[in-house]
Amino acid sequence: MNESEARSLLEIADDELILGWRDSEWTGIAPLLEEDVAFSSIAQNEIGHARALYELVARERSTTADELAFDRAPNEYRNSRLVELRLLEWEKTIARHWLYEQADAERLERLKRSDNAEVAGLAAKIDREEAYHRMHAKMWFDRLKDEPRFTAAVDELRPLLDEGRDEHTPELGELWEEMTMVRRSQPAGTKW
Amino acid sequence: MSEREQAFLEYVQSGGQVEAGDWLPDDYRAKLIKFIEMHGNSELMGVLPEREWILRAPTLQRKLALTAKVQDEVGHSQLIYRVVEDLGKPRELCLDDLISGKAKFHNVFHYPTKTWGDVGVIAWLVDAAAIISQKALLKCSYAPYARIMKKICWEESFHILHGRDVVLTLMNGTDAQRELVQEAVTRWWGPLMQFHGNPIPKDEDPMYVWRIKSQGNEEARQQFLDGYVPQIWELGLTVPDPKLRKNDDGVWEYTEPDWDELRSVVTGHGPKSQDRLDLRRHARENSAWVRSIVLARAA
Amino acid sequence: MIYEVFRQERKGQPFQHAGSVEAADNAFADVYAREQYGRRGESTALWIVPREAIVEVDDFVDELNRNYHRVDGYSLKQKLKEARERVGSALVARDR
Repeated sequence: MNESEARSLLEIADDELILGWRDSEWTGIAPLLEEDVAFSSIAQNEIGHARALYELVARERSTTADELAFDRAPNEYRNSRLVELRLLEWEKTIARHWLYEQADAERLERLKRSDNAEVAGLAAKIDREEAYHRMHAKMWFDRLKDEPRFTAAVDELRPLLDEGRDEHTPELGELWEEMTMVRRSQPAGTKW
Repeated sequence: MSEREQAFLEYVQSGGQVEAGDWLPDDYRAKLIKFIEMHGNSELMGVLPEREWILRAPTLQRKLALTAKVQDEVGHSQLIYRVVEDLGKPRELCLDDLISGKAKFHNVFHYPTKTWGDVGVIAWLVDAAAIISQKALLKCSYAPYARIMKKICWEESFHILHGRDVVLTLMNGTDAQRELVQEAVTRWWGPLMQFHGNPIPKDEDPMYVWRIKSQGNEEARQQFLDGYVPQIWELGLTVPDPKLRKNDDGVWEYTEPDWDELRSVVTGHGPKSQDRLDLRRHARENSAWVRSIVLARAA
Repeated sequence: MIYEVFRQERKGQPFQHAGSVEAADNAFADVYAREQYGRRGESTALWIVPREAIVEVDDFVDELNRNYHRVDGYSLKQKLKEARERVGSALVARDR
């Protein structure tokens, strides 16, 4: 794996980690209890995908998945602007979910054709799990597509899909502070 | 008590179970709904103390485990409210009563969580106290509830292990990490001792009389102490009760818990009661439009 | 709408009633039942049925105790004992 491949994997891993973090913000307060459970599965899958991707890159760089996930500075993350925004309105969350899953599907298709067998294999596994995410996103899209606030949210968020990987909003900094506060309270290498 | 009610009482007291469509004495139905509703409310409110720590979990593994644990709790509330609904009280009404303060939820979910130490202690000790109560519901005379309790107990089996893993990792870590655990144990001890309720004799407890529960409050507390105080002490942790000891008859003695605190907390005056209910209320109001689109059905 | 959920733990085993979920339509019921009864891989398949589609039957009548078509209608112990004893005494008689 060369450095450019590692960087693209980190882009996906960071997207999944940060999106998983944002999706977890709905825990306990989703519009329906059933959605609380379903969205939590989606968040767990995302974090799980991030972990698997970080582990691949970590081996190349002689570090660990946790260190890649948590011990970089905010400006070193490679996630898109779309995933770092706090969107605690259901129409915006679903708009992001629907847009992200489509873009991610295309990205995974490319990755499945990688020359690196491990990367291609992992991409195939992730893609199979994402089938559920796409089903869920489509289900909600079909229910909300005639709602003006939903179509407005889709239009508003679509441009952010590939923006901002090099420059982050203050929201990522705030997210990072909270995400790493426990870990930073003890010296590096402490077991949790 | 009428003859029919007397026959029902004898039936459940000799191990008989009933289903949703069966005739139930009014008192039995009312007490059952109130008890099960409080359980559903508690699972739901139990999510709120823990949700922040998902975001702050210090490793990917802990993040996943905590997310799954909390997910189970929401799933349990869903199962439980379904049972209440089939008994005649719709879920939306249960949520209205929860938010307005009319219906109660267990004391432990009215307190703040302050550190990562709380995360471990809650999953290890608070969940243990809850599981003891839950196991006493496996033989509930109301069969639909007994059946979901089986699923709930099975799912909760990993919660305690996760808690123990978090605690043991901290206890084997730095001095500061050990202090996190001790401070959390000290802070949670009062609510834990109050959790199983004041020790009314079994035969005066309607929940036991109707065989909704198969165990009295004091029996549950003794089981908790017997199982978990040795686990606490063997890690070198202390419990803030100088009177706590197991006497020669195998009975645990302890300082009388503060029953006034319990009463005050469960009636909505706990340190986090109002904040958490407010959070639920706002979330519910803001998402009402979603429910009206998705659950469009005759009221 | 309330859907009843039946789950199959492993291939070859019967589908058993697991509980119910509330959902707007079949698509939502699929997602929600899958979560509630399968997120840990504890089921290999689910049947999800709207509650109103279920026909309940619970008024079985057997006033005259028709045990001839059940195993408990046949008590063979005594007859077998008699038959064995007859063969036993027949053998003893033959060997004299």
